[in-house]
Amino acid sequence: MITTKIPPSLSTNQMRKLYHQMWLIRYFDEKVDEFFARGAIHGTTHLCVGQEATATGACYVLENEDKITSTHRGHGHCIAKGADVNRMMAELFAKETGYCKGKGGSMHIADVDQGNLGANGIVGGGIPIAVGAALTSKMKNLGYVVLCFFGDGAANEGSFHEALNLASIWKLPVVFFCENNQYGMSGPVKEMVNIENIGDRASAYGIPGKVIEGNDLFSVIEATEKAVARARKGNGPTLIEAKTYRWKGHSKSDAKKYRTKEEEQYWRKEKDPIQLLANRIISDNLLAKEELEALQLQAREQIDSAVEFAEKSPAPSLTSLELDVYA
Amino acid sequence: MLTMVQSIADAQRVALELDENVLLLGEDIGKNGGVFRATEGLWEQFGSDRVIDTPLSEAGIVGSSLGLAMGGFKPIVEIQFLSFITPAFEQIVSHVARMRLRSQGVFSNSMVIRAPYGGGIGAPELHSDSTEAYFVHTPGLRVVVPSSPYTAKGLLLGAIECPDPVLFLEPLRLYRSRKEEVPSSYFTCPIDKAKRWREGEDVTLIGWGAMIPILIDASQMLIEQDISAEVIDLQSLSPIDEDTIFDSARKTGRVVIVHEAPRTCGVGAEIAARLSEEVIDSLEAPIKRVAGYDVPYPLFALEHAYLPNVNKVVRAVMELVYFQ
Repeated sequence: MITTKIPPSLSTNQMRKLYHQMWLIRYFDEKVDEFFARGAIHGTTHLCVGQEATATGACYVLENEDKITSTHRGHGHCIAKGADVNRMMAELFAKETGYCKGKGGSMHIADVDQGNLGANGIVGGGIPIAVGAALTSKMKNLGYVVLCFFGDGAANEGSFHEALNLASIWKLPVVFFCENNQYGMSGPVKEMVNIENIGDRASAYGIPGKVIEGNDLFSVIEATEKAVARARKGNGPTLIEAKTYRWKGHSKSDAKKYRTKEEEQYWRKEKDPIQLLANRIISDNLLAKEELEALQLQAREQIDSAVEFAEKSPAPSLTSLELDVYA
Repeated sequence: MLTMVQSIADAQRVALELDENVLLLGEDIGKNGGVFRATEGLWEQFGSDRVIDTPLSEAGIVGSSLGLAMGGFKPIVEIQFLSFITPAFEQIVSHVARMRLRSQGVFSNSMVIRAPYGGGIGAPELHSDSTEAYFVHTPGLRVVVPSSPYTAKGLLLGAIECPDPVLFLEPLRLYRSRKEEVPSSYFTCPIDKAKRWREGEDVTLIGWGAMIPILIDASQMLIEQDISAEVIDLQSLSPIDEDTIFDSARKTGRVVIVHEAPRTCGVGAEIAARLSEEVIDSLEAPIKRVAGYDVPYPLFALEHAYLPNVNKVVRAVMELVYFQ
């Protein structure tokens, strides 16, 4: 059960929206999983099932003009920042109607209109880009904040260190949001990092660090609101570490030899972020059970029609191969 | 009978058994056996002191392997995909490749960096790129690419034995495409020699890695047109075995170079330049390249359009044969 105080900013209507969005993210990735198995999607893909609260909670705090950078596990971030699931699904199916015109795929979706500067196929690749976007905001006095998603694995790449140092000395409006899902592919964070919390690294850069329960939507919102407010005031970056868990394997070729079934069951049964939210909504009498079911159904139907849209869309033309490489 | 990925694991097993200075480092290579299972079973057999799972820190892994090599170890580093190597680019081009010269031969920099590479498996850019030319351009570094399970084991053991740093590029598409007999014992293939897969008289087809099965199929199709094609597998992209390609070009008078990397400044450009410098008098037609396009690698819908294939190679040969 989530016991965190409900953020005062959150109206009942917004609660509906967030609950629906978490299901939208889950169904999106479950559909991707299904169509990968069926051979309609090729190559590889990384699913965020079980991590819906981080993307949803963090992006809820952002204004439309605020920006995000995302990761290889980015479908949730993309949806939470307002992407059209039809165009996302079409991109995964390599169709012309997709966000990258069917030439990029799962790890390269960017949605500039919604302030999504892009998913990233390189672990840690997006962190310095977020710093540059925040520097732009500061230098041009644009007022927007950048929220930079990355994982526990990325926190060990050199780009993490360089980017956090730059952001802190330049006091940039950026929030570094680490989704610690416990494993960098097969590498347990316990073996790859010699401190309890990645959030504790904030002190090395002279910025605030906050460690939170990443499957608790309200805790995510609370921490992000504080960090975004600090960034918007010109007081510089914050490092948030949200502890979460990916239910599926790292990618499409993962026998999950590095963790136990019991551990997986614990996170699925006890710490499902959607179930935790539903329980709290019901116990606080915020919304009726029937309404929650309706929102869930609505999300499922949206994803079904996204698949239909993707299937009906044309493949990119051969001549498009050389487009968009140069101006 | 082994697939290429099994023969690569086997080569590393043999090297670990024979030489206690051999160490493996990389992301997910231990308990997980590697992202493509190229180190399957080695962590269980040799333990975590010799098969070392690292954090995601490519620059750190490659740089510390150089430090190990300078101290007499023989590190074998796995980078999960060739495009993931770029954070370590500085360590490779500025330090690994130069340490022998910089120390006037005092320090050994004997190490192998293994990386799966290339397309044909439906994966997007950064998971399908062929960026070998960056490294071929770097003096001090050897670049080797196998094209069969047998040569993969022999070349990898040759690379491990070599006192120079070797970038060993493993064509993803060939990892499991076929099996063949590979001796379980220690053996090496020379890592600075090209290999002639087919003898021919009318045209020389030069390629490496995943292009070789395509070139062999193309040579088969050309036989039906009474064109006899010689198929040369470069194997060593750096240094280039000039003798083998010059001899073949002098014999056939026509050359098609095939690679899936983008055309501009690909290794094909270097081969064409050397041929034009040394054997142009023997050529009966221009040197032709069949290459990838100058674009980031596309997603699966356009992959077939991007990649060289048998038809593209045959068409290029026809242009040369009917050149006037």
